[in-house]
Amino acid sequence: MTPAGSLLEARALHKAYGPTPALDGADFAIHPGEVVAVMGPSGSGKSTLLHCLAGIIRPDSGSVRYGTHTLTGLSDARCSALRRTDFGFVFQFGQLVPELTCLENVALPLRLNGTKRKDAERQARDWLARLEVDGVAAKRPGEISGGQGQRVAVARALATRPRVIFADEPTGALDSLNGERVLTLLTDAARDTDAAVVLVTHESRVAAYADREIVVRDGIARETAGAA
Amino acid sequence: MSIGHTLLGLLESGPRHGYDLKRAFDEHFGQDRPLHYGQVYSTMSRLLKNGLVEVDGVEAGAGPERKRYAITDAGITDVAQWLARPEKPEPYLQSTLYTKVVLALMTDRDAAELLDTQRAEHLRLMRGLTERKRTGDLADQLICDHALFHLEADLRWLELTAARLDKLAEAVGG
Amino acid sequence: MSIDTTTTGGGLRGWARDLGMGVRFAVGGGREGWIRTLLTALGVGLGVLLLLGAASIPTMMETRTQRGQARLPMEMESEALAPSAATLVEAEADTEFRGDPVRGKLLRPDGDQAPTPPGVSALPGPGEMVVSPALRELLGSPEGRLLRERLHFKDVGTITQPGLIGPGELLYYAGSATLTTDDGGWRIARFGTLVKSDPLDPLLLTLLIVGCVVLLMPVALFIATAVRFGGERRDRRLAALRLIGADARATRRMAAGEALFGAVCGLLVGAGLFVVARQFVGDVTVWDINAFPSDVTPVPGLAALVLLAVPVSAIGVTLFALRRVSIEPLGVARDSAGRRRRLWWRLPFPVAGLALMLLNGRVSGRDAEVNPYLVAGGAALLLVGVTLLLPWAVDAAVARFRGGPVPWQLAVRRLQLSGGAAARAVSGITVAVAGAIALQLFFSAIQGDFMKITGQDQSRAQLRTMLPSHDIGAIRKMISEFHATEGVRGVIASIGSSARRPGPLRKGEEFRPGTLVSVGDCPSLSELAHTGPCKDGDVFVVKDSTGTVDEDDITEVARPGATVDFAGDDGRSGPPPHPRLWTIPMSARTIEARKDPTGQAVFGLMATPGSLDLKLLERPTARAMVKIDPRVPDAVEHVRNTAARIDPQTRVFTLQNTARDKQFTSLRTGLLAAATAMLALIAASMLVTMLEQLRERRRLLSVLVAFGTRRATLAWSVLWQTAVPVALGLALAVAGGAGLGLALLRMAGKTAFDWSVVWPLTAAGGALVLVVTLLSLPPLWRLMRPDGLRTE
Repeated sequence: MTPAGSLLEARALHKAYGPTPALDGADFAIHPGEVVAVMGPSGSGKSTLLHCLAGIIRPDSGSVRYGTHTLTGLSDARCSALRRTDFGFVFQFGQLVPELTCLENVALPLRLNGTKRKDAERQARDWLARLEVDGVAAKRPGEISGGQGQRVAVARALATRPRVIFADEPTGALDSLNGERVLTLLTDAARDTDAAVVLVTHESRVAAYADREIVVRDGIARETAGAA
Repeated sequence: MSIGHTLLGLLESGPRHGYDLKRAFDEHFGQDRPLHYGQVYSTMSRLLKNGLVEVDGVEAGAGPERKRYAITDAGITDVAQWLARPEKPEPYLQSTLYTKVVLALMTDRDAAELLDTQRAEHLRLMRGLTERKRTGDLADQLICDHALFHLEADLRWLELTAARLDKLAEAVGG
Repeated sequence: MSIDTTTTGGGLRGWARDLGMGVRFAVGGGREGWIRTLLTALGVGLGVLLLLGAASIPTMMETRTQRGQARLPMEMESEALAPSAATLVEAEADTEFRGDPVRGKLLRPDGDQAPTPPGVSALPGPGEMVVSPALRELLGSPEGRLLRERLHFKDVGTITQPGLIGPGELLYYAGSATLTTDDGGWRIARFGTLVKSDPLDPLLLTLLIVGCVVLLMPVALFIATAVRFGGERRDRRLAALRLIGADARATRRMAAGEALFGAVCGLLVGAGLFVVARQFVGDVTVWDINAFPSDVTPVPGLAALVLLAVPVSAIGVTLFALRRVSIEPLGVARDSAGRRRRLWWRLPFPVAGLALMLLNGRVSGRDAEVNPYLVAGGAALLLVGVTLLLPWAVDAAVARFRGGPVPWQLAVRRLQLSGGAAARAVSGITVAVAGAIALQLFFSAIQGDFMKITGQDQSRAQLRTMLPSHDIGAIRKMISEFHATEGVRGVIASIGSSARRPGPLRKGEEFRPGTLVSVGDCPSLSELAHTGPCKDGDVFVVKDSTGTVDEDDITEVARPGATVDFAGDDGRSGPPPHPRLWTIPMSARTIEARKDPTGQAVFGLMATPGSLDLKLLERPTARAMVKIDPRVPDAVEHVRNTAARIDPQTRVFTLQNTARDKQFTSLRTGLLAAATAMLALIAASMLVTMLEQLRERRRLLSVLVAFGTRRATLAWSVLWQTAVPVALGLALAVAGGAGLGLALLRMAGKTAFDWSVVWPLTAAGGALVLVVTLLSLPPLWRLMRPDGLRTE
């Protein structure tokens, strides 16, 4: 896989928490519309790689390029702005604001981008319908099931029509059926909008939804041979 | 599982007698199915014919068990190719994979890479099945799921093995 | 296997076992458990520190008063004390240095058995002095240079604790070789007197009682909040206990046990803090009050009450807080979701409080009855009522909020889910502000009774001084020295004495009619009377413009052309006075008096130096008012130095527009000091609550950061989340405070209602919130790091 024409590309990322290196020279590239699974055992640095790619944390060395921007050189404010407009996020759990209704949760990133409340909530309603959870719009996260919650989270990640969606173990807390439904909806929606998906998982059945996979071991990310 | 490749691999660490080979095989891989002497001799003669091993010496006395075998360069290449080639993902693959991993470790090859290669192959198949599931009807989905879960089990075993490579290397080396 | 039924038993043993279990959880809960216990202990400890401090106030006041009285010179009933070996002559030589009072006395022993003031081992000889440690430190420091010039005596000893009211007091005793009873001294036989203090005015007593209630209520609330720190985590742990078979009542008792442990730790911490803090109490001066460590000793009964009440109320608060929480084996359910807070049982509290206070009736006038139980109970009920109303008000108000920008939405939604917690956090501030508003209202209404408008005019002169000398030459020299002092722009000086009608007493007279004589130059005289054109040699007859003196009294003696006698009649000089006659020139003009800068009107005869031989005056005294240049730093101190150089007994007063009644001032001082401590406590409590809340939301904060939420957005949301309940709390505080204040005013029989006192306190409450928000921002930034996303 050549990095040419890639949307998001990382080179020689190093990141250490204290004396333990979490990333030790990781490389990564993803193209528009592509779904890439990031696999590896617990503590291998998968999440750290995702956080570096998304500009949430700054690597100790190495660079992350997104389009024409070098994320590693941007100010925190610019990085945040980029995450608001161009990136979407789905985590394993605990990501919905418990006080807001599901509709307000989905509308939140739009509103952070400056969309008017009415407008944002109309779009949010559409996304909830698309993820087949429009029935819970008025409920709070505490009142819905885990599967519904993850769908709301996916709807929220998609709401701003991001170019890259970062999903960190998005089905980790779900049973197989719900997990597969969420993955299908997520990858379908991403392909429809030509968004790239970085899918961090340790489950092979989840990784099978991706176009290819990258294995992180001991802080080194590598594309597996024969995966063409 | 290829007994020929396994025996070749065992020879890589040094020339051995026929009975030595059988003992080494049984010790590492033959817990539930010990090798017959007959199997060893027939396999060795095939390898000898293909030029992958050569007779290094004969001890006093007669009988094939007294022959000492050594691996040839062609034999080493053959082992390397076999180890690097992923197995077609199929049920009950573990014994072959296990043999490969142990041999890789015994011959100081990169066992982790072997596992990665295998995982990629597994995932390639799983991707295909997942794709079929997305577009297929319910019956397709159920069949694919069955296969997917089996493959996943294999992969989990692979992950676990990869995580325990260091310990395994210690056990094999010791 | 038999079912262990003892867990259901609420007997004494069950209680003891479950409480003990709770204590073990508090101790053995790992790091998290320890932090929780530590927070509680610290919170309760701070509260206990304050309570013990409050319990020490009576002791402190008493010991201060005792030492103050022990050093007062013993006043004799009889006219004069004959000099003996055991007497001494003393005179006050107080001064002031940069706003701090410096108390001093000149002492001249009559013999070798002369008494010494308390805290002084040997009397200082002439030109020597003994000083308090604080004064010595001040004199030794660069700042004290000007004071050193003034107190130029030789330092020969230290005044120890028995002779000082507080460790920070500036006090000296200087020896004198020349002091006599004739030039301002008093002869005494010993120090120490028992002045029976006036019983407190009922108005002040009311104020004191309400003040104590107002100040201690937030402390109680703070302790109640502190024992609930980390409650949610504890509830989850208790749920786990239910799973392994503890029943609901047992878990409640265990929770109580945990709280009890925290409270007992808090008591220890508080006692420890108290012991440490009192060592440093001498270094702190709050509005002139400053005490020795040994003064800060709690009244035993009050201390015992604190020791008992804190653990008991910790258990009570915990059980009360858990009444709407059902701890089930699989989790904790809060009843609040379905149930709305009701108004009907909350409203009677403030109403009953008001009723109780009004029941006490009027307290104006010295003989009025104050029933402390009625007043304190009423005030407490009213303030408790305000606290109880707050959660309801927060719920009711927040439920109506919709929409708005994102930070607002986040804050409002959070409040809608858990308004109770928010209300708890600010209830302390509400009570404090309500109480403070009530007190301030009361203050401003009754301060007319205690404040005296002095009528002094600071624009015409800033200092007033009395010269003790009667020697005319010395007086002249002094005035010229004042003129020459650095920073002095003008001296209004006059030499005064009295003039009488010459001749013997007439029939029916007990004394010869007389009036005042003032001699000064034209500029000075023009400050005392409307002289009009004036030149040296002029004489004026000045009529009193204030109407306090009958004009006939003046004109009977002082008429142009009349002869007056300057010889005095006072009892001091025994033999009949030798007449000192002077004739008022016919040219003397009759003019109106004018209030001098001190607000006094001088009347009688006024003469310029050229018209009158000053030697004629008997026992003349000089008054000088000094105008200083405000741009010259320490001009006041230079003037005081000049005065002291002339004579240590010279008193220099600063002119002020108003003067407060002393008792009133001291009360106000005490309340202000306590209010300061209390506000700091509330700020600490709010900060802890906020930090705990943030810590619980650590993961969510990280997620919000991940999808690009601006820091400002979250900061604003934190601000709103604090500000909304506080705004509601303040609104309620203003209402409650006005209610309490009005009740107090009615009791005092006052109607004046000064709204201006409300705003500064409301603003102070608001500022406090701002400070708390600002202080919680750095931890917020820290928690907004992506670490919270890491699940491993």
